[in-house]
Amino acid sequence: MRDDLAIIQTLDFFTPIVDDPYTFGQVAVANSLSDVYAMGGVPLTAMNIICFPINTMKIDILREILLGGLDKMREAGVLLVGGHSVEDNELKYGLSVTGTVHPDRVLLNRGARAGDALVLTKPLGTGIINTALKGNLASDDLVEKSIQCMAQLNKKAADLMTKFSTVHACTDVTGFGLLGHAAEMIEGSDVGMVIRSSSVPVFHEIQEFVEMGIIPGGLNRNRKFRIKMVDVGPNCQPWLVDVFFDPQTSGGLLISLPAEDAQVLVNKMHDEGLHDAAVIGEVVTEPKGKIIVS
Amino acid sequence: MTTKIDARGLSCPQPVLMTLDEIKAGKAIEIEVLVDTETAKENVSRAAASQGWEVTNVAEEGDGYKITIRKG
Repeated sequence: MRDDLAIIQTLDFFTPIVDDPYTFGQVAVANSLSDVYAMGGVPLTAMNIICFPINTMKIDILREILLGGLDKMREAGVLLVGGHSVEDNELKYGLSVTGTVHPDRVLLNRGARAGDALVLTKPLGTGIINTALKGNLASDDLVEKSIQCMAQLNKKAADLMTKFSTVHACTDVTGFGLLGHAAEMIEGSDVGMVIRSSSVPVFHEIQEFVEMGIIPGGLNRNRKFRIKMVDVGPNCQPWLVDVFFDPQTSGGLLISLPAEDAQVLVNKMHDEGLHDAAVIGEVVTEPKGKIIVS
Repeated sequence: MTTKIDARGLSCPQPVLMTLDEIKAGKAIEIEVLVDTETAKENVSRAAASQGWEVTNVAEEGDGYKITIRKG
């Protein structure tokens, strides 16, 4: 728009991953806003997009979804300015979001440089937990933790991140899983990555599900697509490799910035209540285009 | 005895749960599981291994797979 102001426009919507309609609204909005945060922008306004089976589902459910979404938008300081609904056999909800960013400060999922460290802001495993939930295998406590994680805005993490002018790349971890999004960050570039498996925040309760084969289809597809770029070292527990390919709903930010700044950022995140944030690895010059999971 | 499970058309984790139920029921020493996705094939094989069962055969059948597992 101007030399110092650019617009970000996004759209994201999906089918329910939790039973409670209010919670679904919260998660869907946190997920939709995340794209803007990951670009280093500030979301300003949003429009609802909802597909609803009005003939077979109670209107109260629609109301609860929209209320959950609205409350999450208020928390983010985003103004709801309208929306559109259609009748559909399958329920879907999300947002089109408008935000702003300084054109010189747009963060992309590419641009990581050797000497950077990698920061991840939320624990992994929500896709596996959602699959376990479908089979009534997940404990209430674990489901609650997973919901809290998915409904948490990436706003605070993004606010802290954008205070560092040295951030080279950022993406939010969603459908491709940690390794899928990490692979995008270095594909075709002249750098590689080392990810230390024991440093990555995960929901440890899911180990038994992974070993039992309670795994979402997307995880297997992610692994198949990207495993060629990944070298798994002998010290990485095998079940963690699957978790690193787990498709996340409203996952955390994956941030690449100089190592000396990364630990400072993580400490600030811990001070602000983002207790799971961690430095999970480094960007290296060799091997190029590969991710070593140690 | 050999038990058959038809998990075609079911999405994860149902094929795995049906297989684990049959294993835990303790009657079968061999189970044939029919699935129709790559993911279900991998997950059922893994579920069997987690219970100490051996995957003795995976054959393409129709549009899917027949997985034969045997008590170890």
